[in-house]
Amino acid sequence: MSDESTMKIDAKLGLDVFKLDKEPHIVIDTEVCRTLCVDRACLYVCPASLYELDDTGRMTVNWEGCLECGTCMICCDKRALTWKYPRGPYGVQYRMS
Amino acid sequence: MEKVECIVVGGGLAGLSAAYGLADAGVEVMVLERGDYSGAKNVTGGRLYASPIRSFYPELWEEAPFERAVARELVTMLGDGAQTTIEVASDRFTADPPQSYTVLRARFDQWLAEKVGEKGGMVVPNMKVDALLREEGRIIGIRAGEDEIGADVVIVAEGVLRLLSSEAGLAAEPVDRDHALGFKEVIELPPGVIEDRWHLNPGEGAAQLFLGNVTDGMLGGGFLYTNKESISLGVVVGMKAMRERAEKAKPQDASESYQLLDRFKALPQIRPLVAGGTVAEYSAHAIPEGGIAAVPKLAGDGYLMAGDAAGLALNALITVRGMDFAIASGYYAAEAVKAAKARADFSAAGLAGYEASLRGSFVLKDLQTASQIPAFMENPRLFTHYPRAVSRLLEQIYTVGPGPTPGLFKTAWGGIRRDFMNTGTVKDAWSARRI
Ligand SMILES: Cc1cc2nc3c(=O)[nH]c(=O)nc-3n(C[C@H](O)[C@H](O)[C@H](O)COP(=O)(O)OP(=O)(O)OC[C@H]3O[C@@H](n4cnc5c(N)ncnc54)[C@H](O)[C@@H]3O)c2cc1C
Repeated sequence: MSDESTMKIDAKLGLDVFKLDKEPHIVIDTEVCRTLCVDRACLYVCPASLYELDDTGRMTVNWEGCLECGTCMICCDKRALTWKYPRGPYGVQYRMS
Repeated sequence: MEKVECIVVGGGLAGLSAAYGLADAGVEVMVLERGDYSGAKNVTGGRLYASPIRSFYPELWEEAPFERAVARELVTMLGDGAQTTIEVASDRFTADPPQSYTVLRARFDQWLAEKVGEKGGMVVPNMKVDALLREEGRIIGIRAGEDEIGADVVIVAEGVLRLLSSEAGLAAEPVDRDHALGFKEVIELPPGVIEDRWHLNPGEGAAQLFLGNVTDGMLGGGFLYTNKESISLGVVVGMKAMRERAEKAKPQDASESYQLLDRFKALPQIRPLVAGGTVAEYSAHAIPEGGIAAVPKLAGDGYLMAGDAAGLALNALITVRGMDFAIASGYYAAEAVKAAKARADFSAAGLAGYEASLRGSFVLKDLQTASQIPAFMENPRLFTHYPRAVSRLLEQIYTVGPGPTPGLFKTAWGGIRRDFMNTGTVKDAWSARRI
């Protein structure tokens, strides 16, 4: 917990309760990202800052911290994402919001 | 295949409201909710307008776990260094009964799920529906993992992303133009501090919206709602505007949407409002903002759509509504299913009363009244020029410098001519006549 006005995004996600699945609920077709996409809207729109380019320039997503808002899926006009809700008992579990 | 009379997909406010009405009438109803409990996946601002829904299930609202009755309405226009707040307080906002309340969904939705249970409805948590079953164009049940469950009618209350209904061809996939992203922090503060900061009597609440220097010129704004022992502080930003921004961004621009909230919180005007608070939760959710033009077909053979899944939400700049629409559409869905059951006809024709009653109610009437708002809000000047111009004008009126001060009228008129009387603003005023 913190009263810093600008907490790090990781610290904010650390406040939330997540039940982690073993399999990802977001799968990226990195070939589509590499060959078709220049805007990389996912990097901007994700409110949990989960998208990242790795050292080789490949798009990755840290799906474990996903807030399940679906914004990346809606904004990915190249349709590179297979996006589902996590399975039954998994994913973020809000206690307030 | 096991079969029940009615399956409700999604135990949010729309689904639970439908289930409550059905269980109360003795219809066999099963709500399937993917979260650990109702409310675990749900996010709102938020404030629930109770007046529109009070006549549905009147016994419920007496004991509902509301946070605070909203007594003060504030809208703040944030310019560069100057801000203007309009604060409206009315005895009638909180007269018995109050027109609106702040809520936190984890508490609120769990309570409503309990009420459904008390009426004999079944709410099954941790149960994600994987598909709607379709046979010859008719929805006949659902699949969840290995299990298939049949139903006379399925109420689709799966929320804004419509993953199941778009897959089954009942509605279009969500598009950026019709949606916004909302994200917020719940910040704990002692009740006394909240009441001091917003000038509230004990138990009363405030709703504050922010326009201008929040969204970097993109469609959207900030919101702040006072709960009992916390505030909900967040940002809403249009998805299309975000995507266009990403298109135009220079490669070295590493900014990300989540930083909008951090920058908002760090503004000198906002800092004192959150000072001393402890962030307790961070959440994000999509919001339907396409208005009536984005509402899909509401019913067909064997199914009804309710709440956000049906696009029933309205952002009218200073009033934000979705929860009351969700509860109302759930209520009318239950009414329609009861009528269909009485005639043993769950076809599109048998369920047609649903759309008719939504059309006759505030739900589709208010969405119709607001039909021009989504287009009106695409005007970026609303989020840049006007908040700045209003604040600049008032700042000048209140400024006494070292030299002689021009007369009030001259200052005001000069500011109005400068910022409010050009072709752009005249055009805006003209288009505003339809909202
Ligand atoms: C940031 C923000 C601010 C808002 N502010 C306000 C406000 O101040 N006032 C207001 O009235 N409205 C506001 N809204 C809108 C309001 O919150 C929504 O309109 C409302 O929550 C819609 O209720 P619903 O029941 O239709 O959907 P939801 O509450 O989203 O419920 C859908 C449910 O379905 C479940 N579900 C989804 N898929 C499946 C599946 N496959 N299997 C099983 N379960 C599933 C979900 O877990 C969820 O519980 C705001 C929204 C946001 C995001």
